[in-house]
Amino acid sequence: MAHSGINILFAGQNFTRLLGGLWVSAKISIVSLVIGILLGLLLGALRTLKNPVLRTILRLYLEFFRIVPTVVLLFLFYYILPKNFNVNLSAQIVAMLVFALWVAAEMSDIVRGALISVPRHQKEAGMAIGLNGPQLYRYVLLPQAVGLMIPATINLMTRVIKTTSLLLLISVMDVVNIGQQIIEANRQVYPNGAFWVYGLIFILYFLLCYPLSAWARHLERRQNNNA
Amino acid sequence: MKKHTRLLAAVLAVITLLGLFATTFSQPAKAAETTKISTIKKRGTIKIAVFGDLPPYGWVDKNGKRQGYDIALAKQVGKDLGVKVKYVQVNADSRVDALNSDKVDLVLANFTVTPERKQVISFAKPYMKVSIGVISPKSKPITKVSQLSGKNLIVNKGTTAEQYFTKNSKGATLQKYDSKTQQFNALKNGRAAALADDNSYLYAWVKNNPKYTVGIKHLGPNQYIAPGVKKGNKSLLKWTNKEITKLNNNGFFDKNYKQNLKPYFGSDVTAKDIVIK
Repeated sequence: MAHSGINILFAGQNFTRLLGGLWVSAKISIVSLVIGILLGLLLGALRTLKNPVLRTILRLYLEFFRIVPTVVLLFLFYYILPKNFNVNLSAQIVAMLVFALWVAAEMSDIVRGALISVPRHQKEAGMAIGLNGPQLYRYVLLPQAVGLMIPATINLMTRVIKTTSLLLLISVMDVVNIGQQIIEANRQVYPNGAFWVYGLIFILYFLLCYPLSAWARHLERRQNNNA
Repeated sequence: MKKHTRLLAAVLAVITLLGLFATTFSQPAKAAETTKISTIKKRGTIKIAVFGDLPPYGWVDKNGKRQGYDIALAKQVGKDLGVKVKYVQVNADSRVDALNSDKVDLVLANFTVTPERKQVISFAKPYMKVSIGVISPKSKPITKVSQLSGKNLIVNKGTTAEQYFTKNSKGATLQKYDSKTQQFNALKNGRAAALADDNSYLYAWVKNNPKYTVGIKHLGPNQYIAPGVKKGNKSLLKWTNKEITKLNNNGFFDKNYKQNLKPYFGSDVTAKDIVIK
């Protein structure tokens, strides 16, 4: 065991550095998820309206962010757009922006799907007691749609957290980037260090994502009991 | 059928949109004001692109401090300019883009001068040279290319060493391997008489494998490592050129070699093999 390389995880500040990197990943995920989900709720509700122009624009927005790979989006926003538009944002801000726009796009489809799955008579009953449009969404449609959104939303959350591993491409010091620094710094003496570093990163990502899926299961169970 | 037409329309629309984006981007970038020396001094920081995973050139030690030959140069540049250094860690393939999008002012990341790169960015005076080297067992050393005739030679696919020996094999039979680990194992198992790769890489390996020696230190054309600046940034280019000349004359690179590279390369190599005079 002495020469297996597990000790590089705890040498010097290495462990704290990895946790610091994990915090960067978590921070970017949280900020972009909060902004993206709120924006997605709004866009999703707008997509159930009958206005054809609005629907087409939102549909194009969704398809653009769903089709273009995240790596390309990050590259576009970090390296290419600044050249043409003279805006120079820091890497973390770019990451949050791209992820929030991506989450909003995917979320809008989840929300739209959930809203149109609420039985039609619920909406009609709401209209019958005199609720106006926004009230209908606030008191009738959204509360019933939330349960339908949860599984897909949690899935999206874990996808966002895992996708932060791409951020090293735009110089964000996330957990994977720091892991690679540690692996390469010790490559000469501990060629198998990669195994331990990636092993730890696996556990750290698991700790971040597992509570989310446990939470989702809990919410779904509660939903079923209520029904 | 109607659904299909709508889908098709949507796809076409997205493609058009992407096309619009693409044409916008392919227009030559505006003559954005380049970051002059005076701008950097006023800002109080110089942004330098470095590697974080390539010891002994640019890496991070266990306390999270940046170390290496390129880092020492970056520190000196900051000191001589009288500004703080802000390190931006990059990957090999984002060095050019980082310069062109003004994410960094200067690249000090083992940046090899190539004609292709010269078209999109500017290189200052080189501060390091590398070329192809050949290692062989100390018991049966190969010190001249002619000794390779009729023998097996190991190379790593995709390296300059492979390109060089594929063009002029000098009578040697090439064995091509996919990874560094494979090629060194093959040499240890006695599959071939020698192995060719970047010499700086071989110096480091020989240090940990003392039964082998870098019998041929330089082969083929030298490749130069130089600081990169954005194309058109004459002010910074001029300053960097002067700085490299000054540091060359006052022995900075010899000191830097001793401090950062020698512990990795061992005694087979001297500063003269790497540093440019």
